Amino acid sequence: MSGLSLRLPKSKKSRLPRLVTLLGLLFIILVVIYTFVYLQHDPNLTNLDDRLLGTSIQHPLGTDQLGRDVLTRLLLGAQQTIGFSLLALISALIIGVPFGLIAGYKRGVVDRLFMRIGDGFLAFPDTIVAIVLSGLLGPGIGNLVLAIILVKWVNYARLVRSTVLSESQKEYVLVARTNGLSSAKIIRKHLFPHIVGHVLVLASLDLGKIILLISAFSYIGLGVQPPTPEWGAMLNESRPYFQSRPELMIFPGLAIVVVVLLTNMAGDYLRDHFDVKKEVQQ
Amino acid sequence: MSLLTIKELTKFYQADKVAVDHVSFDLKKGECLGLVGESGCGKSTLARCLLRIEPIDSGSIYFGNQAIEHLNERNLHLFRKKMQIVFQNPSAALNPKLKVKESLIDPYNQYKKELDLSYFSYTSKDAFVKQLLEAVGLPSHLADQYPHELSGGQRQLVTIARAISIEPELIVLDEPTASLDVISQKAVLTLLTELRKTLNLSYLFISHDLAAVSQMCQRILVMKEGRLVDEFETNHLFDNERHQYTKELISIF
Repeated sequence: MSGLSLRLPKSKKSRLPRLVTLLGLLFIILVVIYTFVYLQHDPNLTNLDDRLLGTSIQHPLGTDQLGRDVLTRLLLGAQQTIGFSLLALISALIIGVPFGLIAGYKRGVVDRLFMRIGDGFLAFPDTIVAIVLSGLLGPGIGNLVLAIILVKWVNYARLVRSTVLSESQKEYVLVARTNGLSSAKIIRKHLFPHIVGHVLVLASLDLGKIILLISAFSYIGLGVQPPTPEWGAMLNESRPYFQSRPELMIFPGLAIVVVVLLTNMAGDYLRDHFDVKKEVQQ
Repeated sequence: MSLLTIKELTKFYQADKVAVDHVSFDLKKGECLGLVGESGCGKSTLARCLLRIEPIDSGSIYFGNQAIEHLNERNLHLFRKKMQIVFQNPSAALNPKLKVKESLIDPYNQYKKELDLSYFSYTSKDAFVKQLLEAVGLPSHLADQYPHELSGGQRQLVTIARAISIEPELIVLDEPTASLDVISQKAVLTLLTELRKTLNLSYLFISHDLAAVSQMCQRILVMKEGRLVDEFETNHLFDNERHQYTKELISIF
């Protein structure tokens, strides 16, 4: 038997989870796009005659406590959860990456100023910022996204800064400087390729965390407001019916688990792909 | 005629620690000038100062007749294309994320508007890179490889190819053979000697290896604790009037 397992090519073993991740992410993207184009039911149309129905051809996942189609709400919830998570993540990247690049490359006063501002933001945990902002500006997905951006951009700024700090001391950057390349050119051609990998890995891992955060805050009523469908909010709305209709909580819960798992697996794959140590071994 | 003249160049590291202490010398056109001294004596700092990648505290640097120590980046442009540097560690001197050809084309892209090449000719990027690799005796297929796929000696040849790509007048060689094995060292030194003749280059050859310096250079400067302590023609290396420190260096080899 051991001979058999030895004959299995190593690359095939590691290719399976990668394929599953890729297909899974592709499926989710297609579903999100599909819901923009076609929906069978109105996600917010209440019909108290049809409340808490089981699986049927017309309602494949049944209906909720207000008679709304669960599948439709689940699909639209994907748009909300994933869409707002991506919005928060990309905004954090747009602020954090240039901040880190400039601080790391310019050093000195600019670096100290940028990083102390960053430290200030880092002092607040994301949950606290989200709760405080909801208290100040009122609950809503916009304020939640703002809170996530305020906390997350610092991580990217620090990651990019540390990479740029170490790389810009290397001699190839000195050679570029003796050739009179401008700072912008050095950053674009020589330093940017070094940060892309690190940033992508952190971003894919963060995406999972942000999805969980948005769902959690919608669950406690500080995120997406009813009647807009969102996975965390759906979990909360189905809570009173947990004993009679547990699947109402299981479907959105499973959706969150699967998407977060897939983004984390994508993060693992990206980390392997951009692994510097692996490059050296090659 | 002097190509490079350094007068009383001084560089402090911290307020009280002097790295380069009132150093003056000149380098003639077509000459290979050696600069020897132990590690930490300020050789590399001096090189970085005269290439203007490290600010200086006092003194002056003349390239030809023009003082360049106060020029801003825009005015330095004219001089930057005449000076190149080859560093000690070729692994750090090539960007690991860029293919060899991308690293090689950098200086040319920067100066292509005002360059007037005589030895090389630019028709296309690939053809130009091929010429450069051939000039240092490397096969042209290396152009599409990454630095980590090359041996240490090959990497150093690539950095030399990059330095000669814009046909500069002066190349500062900052211990170019220190991280190579003996066979690669010899190959690199032979190549540098040939290139100096074909491209009419001048070298400032920095090393702690007195044997390599005396083989390459016509004139040698000896540096100790930031100061120049001795200066002589290579054929006077073993004269009795040499500085005590030079004699110590000779006795080690």
